[in-house]
Amino acid sequence: MFHRKINIWQKVDWITILIYMIMVISGWFSIYGASYDYDQSSIFDFSGRAGQQMVWIITALALAFIILLVEAEWYEIFANWIYILMILLLIVTIFVAPDIKGSRSWLVMGPVRLQPAEFTKFATALAIAKIMNGYKFQLFTFENFAKVLGLIFLPFLLILMQKETGSALVYLAFFILLYREGMTGSILMVGFSMVVYFVLSIKFNDIMWGGTSAGIFLPSFFAALLTVFTTNYYRKERKDTYYMNIAFSVIMTLTVIVLIFFLPPKGSFDLAWVNIISIVLIFGYLVFLSIKNRYKKYLLIGLFGLFSLGFIYSVDYVFDNILEPHHQVRIEVSLGMVDDPAGAGYNVNQSKIAIGSGGFAGKGFLQGTQTKLKYVPEQDTDFIFCTIGEEQGFLGSLGVTVLFVVLILRIIHLAERQKTTFSRVYGYAVASILFFHFAINIGMVIGITPVIGIPLPFFSYGGSSLWSFTILLFIFLRLDVSRAEKF
Amino acid sequence: MIIAFIVVVAIIYIMQLFSLQVIKQDYKASADNNAFLYQTIHPARGTIYDRNGELLVFNQPAYDLMVVFKETQPFDTTEFCRILKIDPDYFKKRQQDIKNRGLNPGYSSYTPQVFLTQLGFEEYGLFQENSYKFPGFYTQRRTIREYKRPNAAHILGYIAEVDKKDIAEDDYYVRGDYIGKSGIENFHEKYLRGEKGIEILLRDSKGRIKGKYNNGDNDRESVPGKNLKLSIDIELQAYGEELMQNKLGSIIMIEPSTGEILCMVSSPTYDPAILVGREFGNGYISLANNPYKPLFNRALTGTYPPGSTFKTTQGLIFLEEGIIQPSTIYSCWGKSAKPNCHDAAGRTFTLVPAVATSCNAFFSKGLISMLENRKKYKSFQEAMNKWRDHMVGQGFGYKLGIDLPGESRGMIPNSEYYDKNYNSRWNAYTVISIAIGQGEVTATPLQIGNLAASIANRGFFYTPHVVKEIADTPLDTLYTEKRGTSIAPEHYIPIVEGMRAAVLGGTCRGANIPDVVVCGKTGTAQNKGKDHSIFMGFAPMEEPKVSIYVYVENGGFGATYAVPISRLMIQKYLKREIPAADKDLENRMKNAVILRNVP
Repeated sequence: MFHRKINIWQKVDWITILIYMIMVISGWFSIYGASYDYDQSSIFDFSGRAGQQMVWIITALALAFIILLVEAEWYEIFANWIYILMILLLIVTIFVAPDIKGSRSWLVMGPVRLQPAEFTKFATALAIAKIMNGYKFQLFTFENFAKVLGLIFLPFLLILMQKETGSALVYLAFFILLYREGMTGSILMVGFSMVVYFVLSIKFNDIMWGGTSAGIFLPSFFAALLTVFTTNYYRKERKDTYYMNIAFSVIMTLTVIVLIFFLPPKGSFDLAWVNIISIVLIFGYLVFLSIKNRYKKYLLIGLFGLFSLGFIYSVDYVFDNILEPHHQVRIEVSLGMVDDPAGAGYNVNQSKIAIGSGGFAGKGFLQGTQTKLKYVPEQDTDFIFCTIGEEQGFLGSLGVTVLFVVLILRIIHLAERQKTTFSRVYGYAVASILFFHFAINIGMVIGITPVIGIPLPFFSYGGSSLWSFTILLFIFLRLDVSRAEKF
Repeated sequence: MIIAFIVVVAIIYIMQLFSLQVIKQDYKASADNNAFLYQTIHPARGTIYDRNGELLVFNQPAYDLMVVFKETQPFDTTEFCRILKIDPDYFKKRQQDIKNRGLNPGYSSYTPQVFLTQLGFEEYGLFQENSYKFPGFYTQRRTIREYKRPNAAHILGYIAEVDKKDIAEDDYYVRGDYIGKSGIENFHEKYLRGEKGIEILLRDSKGRIKGKYNNGDNDRESVPGKNLKLSIDIELQAYGEELMQNKLGSIIMIEPSTGEILCMVSSPTYDPAILVGREFGNGYISLANNPYKPLFNRALTGTYPPGSTFKTTQGLIFLEEGIIQPSTIYSCWGKSAKPNCHDAAGRTFTLVPAVATSCNAFFSKGLISMLENRKKYKSFQEAMNKWRDHMVGQGFGYKLGIDLPGESRGMIPNSEYYDKNYNSRWNAYTVISIAIGQGEVTATPLQIGNLAASIANRGFFYTPHVVKEIADTPLDTLYTEKRGTSIAPEHYIPIVEGMRAAVLGGTCRGANIPDVVVCGKTGTAQNKGKDHSIFMGFAPMEEPKVSIYVYVENGGFGATYAVPISRLMIQKYLKREIPAADKDLENRMKNAVILRNVP
């Protein structure tokens, strides 16, 4: 392998840097708009949020500069050490952090507050990239997969212990990366079906259709359908599923007809049992098929069906006993089950009004009333998108959305052209994390996803968040430059 | 696949944004630069009346001075300070404090901030006349407590701004709300406070109110607090406080047939108006620093040795357990033995004269007979615990459950207590002093006041309480259900006779009112300093209307202070006035000063 001395500034991806600069500066102006006040007339006033953000931006740029100057190999060499260091810092934080709004995730050093959980993201990305870069690494040996999951869930659990559920959920983004690196889509499908079961169970929890409890019937119906379709998708021979399909279609059609036209009254018969018995029968048949044909997938699909039933029955328990009350309410609000503009739905309702009131072209810079009058909570951190929506209107919010999509696609494009697995995996990690933040943050502000308190990258106020995303992004840009250094 | 997913999510979001920002009409309404203003509507706090319907506590309007900094214009601060009677330094400090987000996290220069709380009437009037000079400053009406009389402070309690703990315990409260901190204000906070309402208003970007949101459909009416009627007779209460002035101690009078407390004096007391309004802080500090502890409710919270009043409970237990009969005779053991005899060395007594003359020997011997009775009880321990159960049955050793906060439980030892403290090496002589209300036993004045009521009722009582009625709400059954003592009614006959004999010719002749059949029992509780003067009694003997308990700290013999004060109180309640013959006595009691030297 040769090293060719190259000029970093010629090879670095200026398109990404340009998008980064646009985002950071728009973020700065939005923060000024969000916290704009009679008392703080200047955007440069250090006592105001915008003035403070300016300090964070300048230091972040210095940080980016330093990151680009460091030899690319160093990131790979020190990946594990950085990861270990950050994990230790997370553990220390749990014990020394003061309680700030119920969360123990901030390290307070004089006037500066840092959130180590933010910085663990790039460390985890580096560690995963390093392990997957190993010689002839195969993700789907049990040992390797367990190692990767361990790397992801260790910080996940530690951050949960700091009561920062939002920041912890970000680590689920790594599954997008794993999918790219060859993880079977069925894991994502299982995850997706669990979300569907969860939503259906909660949303229809106490609803009865005559004697049928909708909260069990709907998800179990979906589980039965999914099991049958998956069996057909992976079937070995056509005859394996022929009779099953006919029997299943007849039973399901009859069930639906009975449900719609001859609704069995309360206390008579719960049609959910038809779905449950069907799934159990299908499981028996699939076990039989898998032994007969020596084909393991049938068994796995059957187990999936049974697991789905178990999951559906445990949703209520998990929801009522394990989730904290404020999580329950947020989920209920986003599912449209409770509508309480003065209470639990306040945040989302206010942010929707703020965004909606922006109209097509917006009210103009510093003209927003909703955010300025402090009706929107956290208007310069997690809800910064409101200010953009209100002051810049649909055009502004469209612009930001497009900017994010372009940035993420650009990173994926760069990742795909990497020569080392390390750089590619890291690049995908960056794209996955940015996508997760983008999707959840904007999703919650416009009322599509539940309220999960995570910042909008490069826009939200805060040094920890800006620094951590800058580090995350610029390490990748540095790795990308080194592509040209190696032959 | 991943790219497709990202693009699909982005498209969904753009569609939602388009729908929110361009299509939907309900957000268009808000596009007229409207914003919500959530205005809390504070309900009026419930008012409080005495048992005869006399108003005691009510609400008065007061005004807070609010400021919206965004709307202020330069003004003459000297004049401003002069009108409001504040000094310019304080003016500057308030301004900085309000703008300091560390102290005032919800600060916005667009929303009203409290500049001064509870202006006096004079300042309010002057400010209103000149308000045109100070744009951006407004007055906001709120209510504060006002008291008709300077009495019953311990019963009524006071309200104050919620502290962090109150907010943490109940999310009904927000900063600046008021909460009952003691007395009835605290105990019945939930009834008195009512329910806050909320009004959702729309305002424009300049902060001008544009009307109600959704025609007020989302507003919530406030529910006023419920009015309370106390069982306290405020005339009697005030008279009691006057008699007890410059003395430490308490008076409790109960209507035996209902358990209603007619008066509950704890001396020294204070004027409840001290703890109102802007002067709350100073008032509270001066009361808290007063060495005689006027904030301390002796009647509920203080625990004292009950002294000789306790002998009645002993007589009842011995009768109930069959240790003595009314005819049983114990002879006095003379001055050499302990506890010693006050006056009747060498004489012999049955129960009735023993109560009447407060014979220490009789009750001490009774207790020894009980504890050493191995025919009836297998062990000391068993006898001791039986004794304790009867004490608890008569309302001692546990909180009675009065509807006021801060009640103490007193102390009635059981056998485990002695096993532990005397290493299991104790006998009847170790515990002997409890028979005469000394030693380990302590009780609150309320418990002894309640004992007087249970004797008056011959064997039952109602949990003593100070609230007679809550508007539209039945009283808790705790206050309406009879509680039997563990003693059969017939055993009360000789005790009542003894108490009557004590008034006629025993230890408390001073309580003998010509036309009222008073029964009573004195006590002189031994103390490190001068003894405490005690009287417990009820009247009339048949169908009693009132029971009384008076405790004067360091007042010497029961007959010195407690008996005459009781005599006056009983007459005040039953006759509403003091006969001319007792006027001298009344003056003597009012003017007596017994304040122990405070360290």
